[in-house]
Amino acid sequence: MISQFFVLSQRGDNIVFRDYRSEVAKGSAEIFFRKVKFWKEDGQEEAPPVFNVDGVNYFHVKVVGLLFVATTRVNVSPSLVLELLQRIARVIKDYLGVLNEDSLRKNFVLVYELLDEVIDFGYVQTTSTEVLKSYVFNEPIVIDAARLQPLGPAAIFMQGTKRMPGTAVTKSVVANEPGGRKREEIFVDIIEKISVTFSSSGYILTSEVDGTIQMKSYLSGNPEIRLALNEDLSIGRGGGSIYDYRSSSGSGAVILDDCNFHESVRLDSFDMDRTLALVPPDGEFPVMNYRMTQEFKPPFRINCLIEEAGQLKAEVIIKVRAEFPSNITANTVVVQMPVPKYTARASFELEPGAVGQRTDFKESNKKLEWGLKKIVGGSEHTLRAKLTFSQESHANITKEAGPVSMTFTIPMYNVSRLQVKYLQIAKKSSSYNPYRWVRYVTQANSYVARI
Amino acid sequence: MAPPAQSQRSQSPSQPSGKSEVSDLKLQLRQLAGSRAPGVDDSKRELFKKVISYMTIGIDVSSLFGEMVMCSATSDIVLKKMCYLYVGNYAKVNPDLALLTINFLQRDCHDQDPMIRGLALRSLCSLRVANLVEYLVGPLGSGLKDSNSYVRMVAVIGVLKLYHISASTCVDADFPSTLKHLMLNDSDTQVVANCLSALQEIWSAEASTSEEASREREALISKLVIYYLLNRIKEFSEWAQCLVLELVTKYVPSESSEIFDIMNLLEDRLQHANGAVVLATVKVFLQLTLSMTDVHQQVYERIKAPLLTLVSSGSPEQSYAVLSHLHLLVMRAPYVFSSDYKHFYCQYNEPSYVKRLKLEMLTAVANESNTYEIVTELCEYAANVDIPIARESIRAVGKIALQQYDVNAIVDRLLQFLEMEKDYVTAEALVLVKDLLRKYPQWSHDCIAVVGNISSKNVQEPKAKAALIWMLGEYSQDMQDAPYILESLVENWDEEHSAEVRLHLLTAVMKCFFKRPPETQSALGAALAAGVADFHQDVHDRALFYYRILRYNVSVAERVVNPPKQAVSVFADTQSSEIKDRIFDEFNSLSVLYQKPSYMFTDKEHRGPLEFADEIGNLSIGEATDNVVSSQRVEENDKDLLLTTAEKEETRAGHSQQASFGIDDLLGLGMPAVPNVPSPPQLKLNTKAALDPSTFQQKWRQLPIALSQELLLSPQAVAALTAPQALLRHMQSHSIHCIASGGQSPNFKFFFFAQKYEESSNYLVECIINTSSGKAQVKIKAEDQSTSQAFSTLFESALSKFGTP
Repeated sequence: MISQFFVLSQRGDNIVFRDYRSEVAKGSAEIFFRKVKFWKEDGQEEAPPVFNVDGVNYFHVKVVGLLFVATTRVNVSPSLVLELLQRIARVIKDYLGVLNEDSLRKNFVLVYELLDEVIDFGYVQTTSTEVLKSYVFNEPIVIDAARLQPLGPAAIFMQGTKRMPGTAVTKSVVANEPGGRKREEIFVDIIEKISVTFSSSGYILTSEVDGTIQMKSYLSGNPEIRLALNEDLSIGRGGGSIYDYRSSSGSGAVILDDCNFHESVRLDSFDMDRTLALVPPDGEFPVMNYRMTQEFKPPFRINCLIEEAGQLKAEVIIKVRAEFPSNITANTVVVQMPVPKYTARASFELEPGAVGQRTDFKESNKKLEWGLKKIVGGSEHTLRAKLTFSQESHANITKEAGPVSMTFTIPMYNVSRLQVKYLQIAKKSSSYNPYRWVRYVTQANSYVARI
Repeated sequence: MAPPAQSQRSQSPSQPSGKSEVSDLKLQLRQLAGSRAPGVDDSKRELFKKVISYMTIGIDVSSLFGEMVMCSATSDIVLKKMCYLYVGNYAKVNPDLALLTINFLQRDCHDQDPMIRGLALRSLCSLRVANLVEYLVGPLGSGLKDSNSYVRMVAVIGVLKLYHISASTCVDADFPSTLKHLMLNDSDTQVVANCLSALQEIWSAEASTSEEASREREALISKLVIYYLLNRIKEFSEWAQCLVLELVTKYVPSESSEIFDIMNLLEDRLQHANGAVVLATVKVFLQLTLSMTDVHQQVYERIKAPLLTLVSSGSPEQSYAVLSHLHLLVMRAPYVFSSDYKHFYCQYNEPSYVKRLKLEMLTAVANESNTYEIVTELCEYAANVDIPIARESIRAVGKIALQQYDVNAIVDRLLQFLEMEKDYVTAEALVLVKDLLRKYPQWSHDCIAVVGNISSKNVQEPKAKAALIWMLGEYSQDMQDAPYILESLVENWDEEHSAEVRLHLLTAVMKCFFKRPPETQSALGAALAAGVADFHQDVHDRALFYYRILRYNVSVAERVVNPPKQAVSVFADTQSSEIKDRIFDEFNSLSVLYQKPSYMFTDKEHRGPLEFADEIGNLSIGEATDNVVSSQRVEENDKDLLLTTAEKEETRAGHSQQASFGIDDLLGLGMPAVPNVPSPPQLKLNTKAALDPSTFQQKWRQLPIALSQELLLSPQAVAALTAPQALLRHMQSHSIHCIASGGQSPNFKFFFFAQKYEESSNYLVECIINTSSGKAQVKIKAEDQSTSQAFSTLFESALSKFGTP
């Protein structure tokens, strides 16, 4: 049971504010914002998502730079409220197509309409985009998606890939196409976030895949859908440490540690043939989340060397090798490395003929940054940097620098080898052939090499 | 709604402050009010939007109330909705004007369109104006009977709103029983869920004054209701599922087969993508199996994977909430998670609130088999760019060292920290080495060699400096330079800002003096002089004390200041086990995140429904100073800080009986520990019985009422009962102890407990005394039912003696 819900901009302005139970005093938005902004004097730490000020509990999640906040005086389930806040953000996005400050401000009346139906007197009524459709009468004011920063994991498909209709993922569930006809299509995205930590000698210390099968359906008439996954998929590893790599490698099967499913998913035949059956609700939702610690081949190998090169000088060499097939290209790659605090300057040397690469020394937080627009599978890239120190170092220089971290996106590639074998839409007419987009993408969550 | 007008607030172009805009709007609204021109709805929409946007940013637009109502005569649903929103906001401050809206809202409640009926009814109930409640009863009554589920859904919550405006109107109209009927019969699950929410709130609020409501509240967790809801669980929305699951945690099954049935039924809820559903299910599993140790362990194994999946699949905020719960579980069962320690490794891009929790978990799961790897990982973080986390990591290494038997490797690592030459690393490591030496004096040789190399000039943080000074004093015989380092520190006395450091310096110089008098004498003199002249009271007092005791007798001084020490075997835990159990009882709530039981951060009136536990908790806290049991406990805790385990064992021995009893009960789930003991000829009570409030609450919840009676108090007793304390003392002399009491004349409420002599069987009593009628309502619950009559007699006779000299 919550008392108030509000959305604040980055500057702390109320964009929407709904009081459901008038139990919390009126200044709560300001109290909240001040608390979050000045959580610790040194500004080094973020406020936790839940805190209590004078008996009022404040919950918040950050979505596209906006703060979605709920307050209550009751000892509620925190995951329920945080989950709810995320869900409200998702529902709003489903309606507005694009969720950001601008679209919220333009459509706040619609958002109020939604909020009135989602929560009544503090109790959640529904968060189903579909159910809400019959209660919401405002038309969304669509904002120009083209000039916006892409949002959310699925948005990455907008860049570069010509095959994808870019506007689809930013299309409102209630807006009609020009011409009044809705395009029949369904998107299934397999998004994998990978975390890998390499030791200084290049061994893999930990590795994990957190995957989601995300769906967004624009099919009319709510047909049932069957998604078939790898037949040799198995879930759960019996006994022993899940980090026991030997047990799984070489078998070729995909072994997930665990997974969970959206409530619309029926698992009647999942044990038999690994198919998921569902009638997809409107809007974007995760069909299945999964987690895998089974060994996989990391897409990149990172080599890093830092050496003192005379007084007040050091040299850094970072090598990145792409270990995936050459028909696949990683994009928006950024490599970062903290250098000793007393580094005053850094000069860079890229390999000859390097295109689409940029280098930067972030003075404020003493980090080297190396951006690569594209890395083609099988290729190797090297960066050399010369550091100049403002004072002599006493300690071991490798203890003062690193680790090297990397962010990237690899479309049409997934490390777990989990696949959607087919996507069946149950509809009688033989002429019915909607667009089906099944897309894979791998992203770095925490990709770190120690030095 | 929105914060009060903040005209002075920083202005962005879209946020005008002004009064002129409002009066402008007023004019425009007036012009449109009567108009029937085509397209007028569109212009109205624009105006309404403006009004709502002003309202949102905190500009007071209540002066437009009349005009808004005039404009609301429309069939345009978007307009209607905006108008409802506006009216709902300002009706409370404009009760007279709100009357204007009643008419059109009531009319809309009879509209053909169920959507309009629902909306109007919702708005009508949201006016929150007390003198308009008479207009609510009719529409609510028909709303509850409406053929459309949307209207019923709204009406049910409407009843709850009415209850909050005027409880008596709501109860007099017999709405609660209508809701009860709906809850058990409606075809729409959201209507059912809303009934449940509303009834929980209403009956919890009523329970304090009405017996019947309290029975109704209990009935919500009866087998009938629980099974009815559980059988439909999958039809409920995910949010309503959470509501039902929370209710199920309070249900006490009568036999173990029931427990398995419920768990089998809910098994697949653990695979739900919504973390709230999973956590609610986990709570059911944990609570149901408390009495079955083996199954309880299996539950831990079963819930591990789903929880870990939630941690990694959600946003950082959601991970945080789930991790906090994992943390609680890890603390309760570290061994279950000890092979999963790699899941708690920090990722460089995680927010610090997540990293902190993970560090605590790594500390908790560290055992002989994984310590080496965990400490290696923690050492990586120590060099981290994120300094607060680097500090936490070093502390974590220290904590692991203090809880392990084999600290060889860890001590090496710690000493390496000292050699890293980063100020904050050195500072943290020094504090740790100090604690480590207090526990493992045998390591002093290795440590001292390294500590001796640290220049005190590089140590600035008070805590670290104090630690260094302590070591200099404690091990001055092993550190060549100790007297001289101390001397130079004394010379800079005036530059030392921290009183803590100066206090430590005084003591260290004293200790050094006893070991190496000739070298330290001058430093001691200077330190004492500076100390006596110190403006800080504690420093001054300590210096003076040292000075006088030295003058009195040096060997006595040595015995006082530097007695032979015993190694500390266990450092005091900051949280008592009752608090921990209490938090565990409140699983899947904020208590877990704050690591505090709810009574510490919630006002009484906002405690959740059916939280019987809190009722007592609150009373006992309010009366803590008068409560013998709790004051004893404080004392005990204080002792824990100082005693070694051996000593603790001794003091605990006296309590061991009740301690083991506590566990028995936890596992016995209220079933009599010793069934069917033939009733003893005479009941003797344990004079030193003790019971902690949380166990009491648990038992009270679980046990059936054995006896319920009304006793008459003697006039003397009534006269003596001016405050609850009087009765407490009296009853205690009869070995009946009070766990909580409260109230004011003429109504008092007490919770008592007593324990059978030499047997771990408890009697729990609720006693409500009304001094004006001279009557006492007594409810007795007993673990050993066969003796409840005997106990009742005892209680009655004890009570009857109250007030007699």
